[in-house]
Amino acid sequence: MIDRIRNNQLWQLILANVLEKVREPGVLFWGIGFPILMSIGLGLAFTRKPESVRHVALISADTGTYSIVLKDDKLGNTTFQLEKMPWEAAMVQLKRGHVNVAVTIGDSGYRYHFDPMNPDAQLTYVRMAPVLNQIPARDLNRDTGYGIRDLGSEIQDPASSTQHPASRIQSPGYEEDLSAASATEVDVLTVTGTRYIDFLIPGMIAMGVMFSCLWGLGYYIIDTRSKKLLRRMIATPMKRSNYLIAMITVRLVMNVIEAILLVLFAWLAFGITIQGNIPALLVLFLAGNIAFSGIGIFLACHTSKTEIGNAFINVVSMPMMILSGIFFSYHNFPDWAIPIIQPLPLTMLADGIRSIFIEGAGFAQTAIPSLILTLTGVVFFTVGLKLFKWH
Amino acid sequence: MSPSPVIEVRNVFKSFKTVQAVQGVSLTIMPGQFVALLGPNGAGKTTLVEMIEGIQKPDRGEIRILGKPWKGNEKELRQVIGLSLQETRYIEKLTTYETLRLFGSFFGLGKERVEEVLHLVGLEEKRKAYTVNLSGGQRQRLALGIALINLPRILLLDEPTTGLDPNARREIWEILRNLRKSSDTSMILTTHYMEEAEQLCEQIVIIDEGKILKEGTMEDLLGEDASLKTLDDLFTALTGRRLHD
Ligand SMILES: Nc1ncnc2c1ncn2[C@@H]1O[C@H](COP(=O)(O)OP(=O)(O)OP(=O)(O)O)[C@@H](O)[C@H]1O
Ligand SMILES: [Mg+2]
Repeated sequence: MIDRIRNNQLWQLILANVLEKVREPGVLFWGIGFPILMSIGLGLAFTRKPESVRHVALISADTGTYSIVLKDDKLGNTTFQLEKMPWEAAMVQLKRGHVNVAVTIGDSGYRYHFDPMNPDAQLTYVRMAPVLNQIPARDLNRDTGYGIRDLGSEIQDPASSTQHPASRIQSPGYEEDLSAASATEVDVLTVTGTRYIDFLIPGMIAMGVMFSCLWGLGYYIIDTRSKKLLRRMIATPMKRSNYLIAMITVRLVMNVIEAILLVLFAWLAFGITIQGNIPALLVLFLAGNIAFSGIGIFLACHTSKTEIGNAFINVVSMPMMILSGIFFSYHNFPDWAIPIIQPLPLTMLADGIRSIFIEGAGFAQTAIPSLILTLTGVVFFTVGLKLFKWH
Repeated sequence: MSPSPVIEVRNVFKSFKTVQAVQGVSLTIMPGQFVALLGPNGAGKTTLVEMIEGIQKPDRGEIRILGKPWKGNEKELRQVIGLSLQETRYIEKLTTYETLRLFGSFFGLGKERVEEVLHLVGLEEKRKAYTVNLSGGQRQRLALGIALINLPRILLLDEPTTGLDPNARREIWEILRNLRKSSDTSMILTTHYMEEAEQLCEQIVIIDEGKILKEGTMEDLLGEDASLKTLDDLFTALTGRRLHD
């Protein structure tokens, strides 16, 4: 009986697929290590740093640095480092992203130069300008190369500051003022579900499914065809359906394992939990796999050139990776683009998974995306199989 | 009653966009017969063999295996054919044993047959080696093992020894000679090497530019003209070119 199963071609095909994948360290890295590393990297990059430093170019013939420290218990302390440099140097630093605002000193006060489309630059401007505008330009000039200042004292008592620079070093009174002010205005939200990492993890799961299906199925088929192995296998009584079933089954199981590991990691490292309906999540996940397996097989149906396969997969996956709201919300795109972005399979999958993870959604919200994804997969699969070149 | 042919190829044509790869070839192979298709690069050997294998379709003409056309009989014919393609790369991270096991399963065969084949092609010591780590000669022996796994009645080998050194080549010849002695398998093999054709096959078919130039036994081919010492000479006499560059 056991031998009957072992000699079964479907079993042997599955076994071959599994062995091949497990023995290829790259597969494990890209499938499991990479999404986790990416989550760690992005999770850290976008998690609030309690002490942040913002570099600003201060256009001047001198060199030196003038620092303004904005103390804030809730938002974290922010240091604005005004680095003196000529205009040309400032432009270089702007291009490199080292600074995102340049300040010039004119007769009527400071002028701020930055790209209004850059939200980070806006933030620097909005937070720094009210403080900087209180500091006389001659202070900046005179105090070239000076260390950290507490702006509080200057605001509170600008007169004394010009006369006794040392007295600016500390001013507890002002700090209290600032934190008191922000205490009334700012409520710190670190509730699970509203952080960047909460947004990111569901997107990473969706992206993992897409890449895994397109590369692991699509590219894999093209590679097998280019090696003439596909041709060799169909020159036996092997059933073609068995070949596809084995490949897709193994891929699906690997995707499930990869997703579970990512969720486990997200839970341990960031305390992320699934708020919504888990069966709905499973159905949606399966639908996403069907959609991208179908697309993968469609892309792989004809060519035996791996370079062409490579290009096909990139052309399909790269735009979706950018547009579909994996790393940042697609609502940043213009309104007219949203109706184009929303029906993309990756958008549907990512939005669906996200709604279950962080909004507590269930079948009511995900049934339609799940159905559409399934149909997408079935259509691509059917067409792909019709056009499929076995030899 | 004379035995019926295992392979019949009748006036077969096949062209690709600008190339007429096979132009009106006819062949008949009898049970137990070993036939060599000898010809230079681009002669149309692979195209012809792959049409016989049912992998490519002829534009015109008829091919019958055991008296049956490919259409409608694929399932049955695949069971009795063993073949190796020119340059197949197998699953890299699968061992020799596992690869044979996989192909065995396509024919419903188990471990026992895999062991026999490993022995037959002399790869017992390499059973645990990944196919990607096999030498050229070992890889060709694996390809031959896969071709033989189902004890085929018809064996079709496309350049089974190209690129091998003389020793590795002789090892493969030895396997095929034993096969010839011990079974009534019929074989078509394509080759650039006249020595291979002479050593293994009673029937030699010289093919160039998609056409059969001459066919017969060594004596038939060389006998007519005393000035011809080798098949190379014959090929030059026929085409004005040499078989090898
Ligand atoms: N799929 C194809 N598309 C276009 N042309 C092809 C294709 N297959 C073969 N040809 C052309 O048909 C001709 C015969 O090719 P074939 O591979 O049958 O030659 P061959 O005798 O096997 O050569 P070699 O000894 O190099 O293997 C060649 O000119 C080749 O370029
Ligand atoms: Mg060839």
